[in-house]
Amino acid sequence: MNAIEFNDVTLSLAGHEVLANVSLQIETGEFIGVLGPNGSGKTTLMRAILGLVPASRGEVRVIGRRAARGNPLVGYMPQVRSAGGQLRLSGWEFVAGVVNGHRLGLPFLSKAARAEVDRILELVNASELARRPLAETSGGERQRLLLAQALIGRPQLLLLDEPLANLDPHFQGEVIALATSVQAELGLTILFSAHELNPLLGAVDRVLYLGNGQAALGAVGEVITGPVLSRLYGAEIEVVRVKGRIFVMAGSHDVEHDTHRHDHGTPEMRGFAGLPHDHA
Amino acid sequence: MTMLEYDFMQNAFAAATIVATVSGIVGYFLVLRGQTFAGHALAHVGFTGATGAVLIGVAPLCGLVILTVAAGIGMGAMGERLAHRDVAIGIVLALSLGLGLLFLHFFTAYATQATALLFGNVLAVDVGTVWTLLGLGIGSVGVLAVISRPLLFSSLQPELAEAKGVSLRLYSLLFLAVVGLTVAGCVQIVGVLLVFSLMVGPAATALRMTTAVGTGLLLSAALALLEAWAGITLAFYTDWPASFWITALSAGVYFLAALPRPRRTR
Repeated sequence: MNAIEFNDVTLSLAGHEVLANVSLQIETGEFIGVLGPNGSGKTTLMRAILGLVPASRGEVRVIGRRAARGNPLVGYMPQVRSAGGQLRLSGWEFVAGVVNGHRLGLPFLSKAARAEVDRILELVNASELARRPLAETSGGERQRLLLAQALIGRPQLLLLDEPLANLDPHFQGEVIALATSVQAELGLTILFSAHELNPLLGAVDRVLYLGNGQAALGAVGEVITGPVLSRLYGAEIEVVRVKGRIFVMAGSHDVEHDTHRHDHGTPEMRGFAGLPHDHA
Repeated sequence: MTMLEYDFMQNAFAAATIVATVSGIVGYFLVLRGQTFAGHALAHVGFTGATGAVLIGVAPLCGLVILTVAAGIGMGAMGERLAHRDVAIGIVLALSLGLGLLFLHFFTAYATQATALLFGNVLAVDVGTVWTLLGLGIGSVGVLAVISRPLLFSSLQPELAEAKGVSLRLYSLLFLAVVGLTVAGCVQIVGVLLVFSLMVGPAATALRMTTAVGTGLLLSAALALLEAWAGITLAFYTDWPASFWITALSAGVYFLAALPRPRRTR
């Protein structure tokens, strides 16, 4: 059975079509890198899988069922991660607050539920850091707690929305390694969105590239090509491979970097456009 | 004659016990959710309700409860649209005080009413009010107990909660209604202008000092209770207003807890 199926799906936000007539199938157990420029619909696609954005046309199916809110089989790590920033609540409480969070009642956990929180924290290697207040955790540590939150309730499909944002390369590698190991251990299907392909190259089975209202799903070699990306960007795109790394260029600009320039400072700070910048 | 032999002191302690416990618990969630300003605004809206009630000959507490709860529900229903509207809330807040002032202008017992509503008058609480406060308190804590798990979830991680089928708007609405009820009770002790001292001070202190929800809630309620009791006791012996002592204790304890602590080494 496919983990995710889009059958001729159109997704709209406030009357604007984000994705139009997209059909795709993602198999159980795949690690899919979701890529594309800002506003290409990566988050909207995930929210459609979660049942938060209804398809204006077509059907989204998730693990054999029509996409619907509150599907316990889907775990989610949202992109907006301001939550809890200054809190002195411990990481453990932050994760435990998710357990059965949709049910009415007092927020106190049974012994079994506490053991489940411990198990998941162990799984993401966060048992130690979960004792500290949230306000005293680093960005990379926070990601591990958020991943733990997403794993509560034993999902089979994990949607990770930009888990590498604002992390330096070392921590990016850690997050990807963690996602891969969790996937191997639990047999999950993972959708992992990112704005750069290179950090994910070793981890992904296939990539889903979004742009211009369209989507391309396939192996890296099939999708990351001039013709396919030119269609998705609506502009002439050249793909350059250097020492096992891949650069997506429009003219002399590396578009994956350009679209996120605001996150990482000015191009002057990076030398010249197209070079992989280090997130100092 | 000792302090507790006076009827008015018994009533004051009973009222303070009920209100402080409820404020500590509800306030914990209010601070956790970063909605303290909403609590402040609801209290001001309550001033309009109370003075309006006096004007039409109804008990002030009745008008207070109706308007704070209604405003809480209204704010909750507006949801995200109101989240970062500090200016709009602030203007409504000022308007509420202005309207209250106008209603008092039409009413003759101007000064005493105004002072009692604005700054509280716990030593003037009668037995009937204590029973009403008990009812309000049970209502607040009862609703909160039922919704606390999804409320905590949607406070800690709203996007995930929404994906898991939790209605953020519903819980925001119910919670602000509970805050409205609690604020109405609080006004009886410390008045419209000083609800922060019971609803926010102890809770913010507790959130700084604890890392678990359970202990945080207990500490918040305990601090509110101790500050209220101590405030009334000090008022009895010094003849200074109880509200002053409660605000002083609330602020003192908070800033003591907020002092920079030695950083833990990793």
